[in-house]
Amino acid sequence: MLELRDVHAGYGPTTILHGVSLTVQAGEVVTIVGGNGAGKTTTLRAIAGVVSTTAGQILFEGEDISTLSPHDIVDLGITMIPEGRQLFPDMTVRENLLMGAYRPAARAARADTLEEVLTLFPRVRERIDQRASHLSGGEQQMVAIARGMMARPKLLMFDEPSLGLAPKIVSQVFQVIEQIEASGATVLIVEQNVFHTLKAANRGYVLENGEIVLSDDAEALLTNDHIRQAYLGI
Amino acid sequence: MDTFLQVLVNGIMLGGLFTIVAIGLTLIFGIVKVINFAHGEFLMVGMYLAYLLTVGLGVHPYVTVVALAPALFVLGALAQRFIIQPLLAARDEHVQIFATVGLSTALINLALMVFGADIVNTPSSGLRTPLEIGPVRVLIGQICILVTAVVAVIGLQLFLGRTNTGRAIRAVAQNRTAAQLMGINANRMHILTFGIGTACVGVAAALVAPLYPTSPNIGTYFVLTAFVVVVLGGLGSIPGALLGAMVIGVVDAMSGFYIGSDLREAVVFGMFLVILILRPSGLLGSRSTLSHVSP
Repeated sequence: MLELRDVHAGYGPTTILHGVSLTVQAGEVVTIVGGNGAGKTTTLRAIAGVVSTTAGQILFEGEDISTLSPHDIVDLGITMIPEGRQLFPDMTVRENLLMGAYRPAARAARADTLEEVLTLFPRVRERIDQRASHLSGGEQQMVAIARGMMARPKLLMFDEPSLGLAPKIVSQVFQVIEQIEASGATVLIVEQNVFHTLKAANRGYVLENGEIVLSDDAEALLTNDHIRQAYLGI
Repeated sequence: MDTFLQVLVNGIMLGGLFTIVAIGLTLIFGIVKVINFAHGEFLMVGMYLAYLLTVGLGVHPYVTVVALAPALFVLGALAQRFIIQPLLAARDEHVQIFATVGLSTALINLALMVFGADIVNTPSSGLRTPLEIGPVRVLIGQICILVTAVVAVIGLQLFLGRTNTGRAIRAVAQNRTAAQLMGINANRMHILTFGIGTACVGVAAALVAPLYPTSPNIGTYFVLTAFVVVVLGGLGSIPGALLGAMVIGVVDAMSGFYIGSDLREAVVFGMFLVILILRPSGLLGSRSTLSHVSP
């Protein structure tokens, strides 16, 4: 479904990704793990078109999307749930969710999608008319995920969904992600919480200094010595 | 008492005038985050167009709004696309402000070249006729300005609060990157906002031209007060612009009559400074700025 071929990307004169290649098959849950500054977020942002790709190709369902604008990429069915929630703070939860279904294709099914999403997130339904900035961190993360699902994406990308959340809330967030996965969605997830993520994923890539250094089945990575020493502290 | 009422009504009418000039300015500031110093010159261009169309076609000055609003929309959209947007990459946002100062000066001098420094008068077509309402007299044209200003404020609030495009515009102002990830074309929303803001000036021009003489410097006259109105009401707040305009209008009229017309501006700006010291974010600032519009 998604294939990155030797992707280079960065901000202005700074190159962050030095040739990243990876694939995500339909129905798969793939994770990219790695330390701070390894280029995980940049990889997702390059796929979403927010960061421009300087070299290499990003193929989605066979089409090169590396030169497309972010809104065209959303139209193709890729949605990114950004790190740190990034809600529209002065809008209500409902308005935030409506913005998730902004593009015409998603807007046509907006009422139905909203009902589905609210069934998945009862807590979000309770808060629907509150201002997003008045919610707790965990609630905001739920709204961010719900907003991403409002686009009815083929590929859902999570950027550090557990960042800055209390351990109990982290478990809840991963429960939700597992529910989404169980529905057959294709997911690409970037996390510093390596243990939780590898438990939830089918396959994983290890990104260090803008390069993929390791890739394997998630289960194999959990027992890999390098992973255990560098990321799990075992 | 009758005199007081008359002065109060004069102030409210003046407030309507300030509102209609200021709403576009506050909209553009609130969303695009650019202080548009060429705002007054867009008004001046609109007034000249109103004059030319009224005289050239022999129509009522208000009819020209049909051409003025779209023309000014295009002018504003072009300014955003080809002057402001390329400077986004310049990192330092002040560059954009100076660009609008440059645009302002260029438009003034263009007008001087084309029309000369003398004033022109758009036919008033009965709009200067006073209407007697109880003890007070107001010009028909002033009432039209006030009504349009209030309608424009309500209309813009509804547009931003209740429509998909309006929400998208606010989304870009609140979190540009997140808006892009939702599939909103942020640049297009900025162009649209700038266009709507200057289209408001187009409407204002059609209303103002029959009552005020048009000259190359007329924009500076109006826009200085518009800036005060916008800052007083709270930068980026449309209801704030209405409130700020009413306060300035009434204080202007009252001080002009009871204190003396020489001291009018001193009183207005003195009060402006005092309010800013007490409420630095303006009367409705940060509570009802554009991002806060509720549905």
